[in-house]
Amino acid sequence: MKKNLTARFVIILLVTVGSLYAVVGPRRMPRVSDFTWGGIKQNMSENIRLGLDLRGGSHLVMQVQVPQYLKRLTENNVIAVQEAAKAASLQIKEARADVDINAGRYNLVVAAADASKVNEVRDELQRRIDLSPYSDSVSGDTITWTMTPTAQRALGDQAVEQGMQIIDSRINAVGVAEPTLQRHGATGAHQILLQMPGERDPQRIKNLLAGESRLELAKVVGSTSPMPITTYDTKEAAEAAVAGQPNRRVLPYAERDEPTAAGEAPQTDPNAPTRWVVVENPPVVTGDQLRSAEASEGRAGGGGYEINFSLKPAAAEKFGQWTAANVNAYMAIVLNDRVQSAPFIKSQITDSGQITGSFTEQSAKDLALTLRSGALPAPLVYLEERTVGPSLGADSIRSGVIASIAGLIMVVLFMVIYYRGAGVNAVIALLLNMIITIAALVVFDAALTLPGIAGLILGIGMAVDSNVLIFERIREELETGKTVASSVEQGFNRAFLTIIDTHVTTIVAALFLFIFGTTLIRGFAVTLTLGLLANLFSAVYVSRTIFIWLLSRKGRRAETLSI
Amino acid sequence: MFRILRNVQIDWLAWRRPILLASALILLAGLGSAVARQASPGGTDSFNLGVDFKGGTLLTVRFKQRPSDDQIRSALAAKGVPDSQVQSTEKPDIVLVKLPRQGSEQEALAEAQVDIGAARGAEALATFGEGNATIESTDAVGAVAGRALRNQAIAVTLLALVGVLLYIAFRFEWTYGAAAVITVFHDVLVTLGFFSLFQWEINLTVIAALLTLVGFSVNDTIVTFDRVRENLRLRRRANIYDLTNEAINQTLSRTIITGGLVFLSVLALVVFGGDVLRGFSLALFIGVIVGTYSTIAIATPLMVWFVQRLEGREGRAARPAAAAAGSGAQTQGRAAAGRPARARAASPGRSQRTARQ
Repeated sequence: MKKNLTARFVIILLVTVGSLYAVVGPRRMPRVSDFTWGGIKQNMSENIRLGLDLRGGSHLVMQVQVPQYLKRLTENNVIAVQEAAKAASLQIKEARADVDINAGRYNLVVAAADASKVNEVRDELQRRIDLSPYSDSVSGDTITWTMTPTAQRALGDQAVEQGMQIIDSRINAVGVAEPTLQRHGATGAHQILLQMPGERDPQRIKNLLAGESRLELAKVVGSTSPMPITTYDTKEAAEAAVAGQPNRRVLPYAERDEPTAAGEAPQTDPNAPTRWVVVENPPVVTGDQLRSAEASEGRAGGGGYEINFSLKPAAAEKFGQWTAANVNAYMAIVLNDRVQSAPFIKSQITDSGQITGSFTEQSAKDLALTLRSGALPAPLVYLEERTVGPSLGADSIRSGVIASIAGLIMVVLFMVIYYRGAGVNAVIALLLNMIITIAALVVFDAALTLPGIAGLILGIGMAVDSNVLIFERIREELETGKTVASSVEQGFNRAFLTIIDTHVTTIVAALFLFIFGTTLIRGFAVTLTLGLLANLFSAVYVSRTIFIWLLSRKGRRAETLSI
Repeated sequence: MFRILRNVQIDWLAWRRPILLASALILLAGLGSAVARQASPGGTDSFNLGVDFKGGTLLTVRFKQRPSDDQIRSALAAKGVPDSQVQSTEKPDIVLVKLPRQGSEQEALAEAQVDIGAARGAEALATFGEGNATIESTDAVGAVAGRALRNQAIAVTLLALVGVLLYIAFRFEWTYGAAAVITVFHDVLVTLGFFSLFQWEINLTVIAALLTLVGFSVNDTIVTFDRVRENLRLRRRANIYDLTNEAINQTLSRTIITGGLVFLSVLALVVFGGDVLRGFSLALFIGVIVGTYSTIAIATPLMVWFVQRLEGREGRAARPAAAAAGSGAQTQGRAAAGRPARARAASPGRSQRTARQ
């Protein structure tokens, strides 16, 4: 018994000292200053990671618009089909995308000119283009490739992953402190959660992240310099003008008077109505072929900014050939499906260009940054935005702590008055429970949130319940006339079964909350689970050890017990 | 040794009919309030859902010089946000401003509409003078996210309950698990009934509190069931009715002490917890009371009833007298005391049953 007791004390001491160190100890060689009150406070605030609601910061939930991505993918495949048909001299009547986002339909429809050769056309196209996400079906002269649900899921996942990488690189470039970026919500929700502690005004970062930054350079269809660029008043007029012509895209263009001759500065009129231009599709160069992008002060003067970009070698070569062949044509610089500017090609350009527009220094820098990080696969939409100021967080901590301490004082008073000596025992177990729970939070690097404090409170409530269960049971056993030693023994053994059942049930429930719950609910589940596990140690093991120790001091013939 | 209760001998189960009836009435009152609010023309919604679940924007604003609620509302209306709600807090300089969802559902899907409310709110507040209003926190939730959060909260609670049911079925019997889970449903519904009746706002922290309440209620129920199981082991020949009454009485002092202490702690939370935790504290406050009461009022009578029903069916061929056990539960239970067949059907745990065979 004596040896057993020593071993128990050693274990308890180790756990207590270890937990205390985890909470108040520094993560380096301790110094004398660490033992002062100020030092302890300093270390505690470094060790305990507070959640955004307590510390202040921004919490953004974004959704990648996967349907848009799948739509664009299908449309790009239409162009690929047209080019492949041309290259292989296949006779096709038409190739079009049949997309209905709400119905989840992403079809690629190709009609062969000769119905008898429809299978050849299909096989040849499949050989030349990767159409593996689609399943094909033939009826008459028409081949329909339907994107399978499996492929939609896989591609959607891929788009979200890619989006996260790009967001990550943008956050790093702008220098957000301690960001956490993770997938959010159910599978198929295509959501991303970004938490930025300490960030109070996320507006700029939001703009930066949601910037799709899809850059394309494409030839404008219509007249060439020195004639002015061909534009249309309405989208319908533009579409009508190029009806029947393949590979055309109609895009909005906030009109500025583009210089029709070299040396003229473009004039910008902010009130000019939106006009429409027609560009060739596919574009000559896309944003993923950029080598660099930098903001610089515009040559036109007036404090405007522009973005200078240069192309990767392979793209530069292609671009050089193309510009040489299209001198005097207008080239549209398209950003996110809007024509930003449309200068004419003065002479051959190999690897560099400018994006001009009404940029401020900040917006030019941000655009350059997002261009460098690459285009997002699909637009981003913000579903949830939560920002907490640091002072409000501090207020919440204060009221939470005051409430907890008030509750704790009442519990301690009751226990000591009602259970006397055993009550002291319970109070020790309670304090130890709190220390171990917070230490576990520190060790697992889990953030303490407001719901987390609620979980702590429930954990403490159940710790009190465990003590009450045990003590009431010991009293019952004493009343049946058993000796003190066997009453304690029996009381613990019997109550232990109950405690195990109540704890495991609650932990099972908490586990479900953790797996399926939202971020906030998870904080609750984590502290609750840790608190309950700590309780099995403190209320059962530690409390029992103290009883054994008390009894061993009194000897085998102990007849009274303060309970 | 000072004890609150000693040797209690109360026949709790004798009261089960009036108690169950009263519980049903309370439950119906809450549900009735929810339905009536929804159904009555021009009435409010069943529940006062916060921006977390309905979508919209909640701004916490600190004013140096606080304008009146009407001034805040009209400033917002001037910026195109008509139906704003202004709510004072216990701190005089802090005001909660709730804006409904901006833009239609279609717009919400098409663009980043969560920005709109916050941006318009900030614009409106800026009209109260330079640096007068500081936005301390923003919660902007889109319609899609709100719906997802709501569905997820419900799904998670149900899943957690299934987990509880399975665990209790594994440790005890299906009858015990079913009784415990029905009790938890009752507790959650009664608490929600209060939220509907008084139109307290339901937000994410309230969901956390409801989950806490689920834990607390199950905990309380299990403590009693556990004692029933133990009593069954000690005295196999006694009937479930008496054993359950005894178990309630034996654990009564524990129930009162724990319930009372938790109640006091939650009271501290209501008093000192502040407005951020208000919904949470209120839900727990109701929950602690209901959760403690329901163990005696709902869980144990249901469990006894289920066990007697099952037993009635098993014993019908052999002993017609026990067939009516379900309906005339109380007298039947007593009359049949001491018959071994009763104890067998009632004893939970596979091991004991096989041990008897």
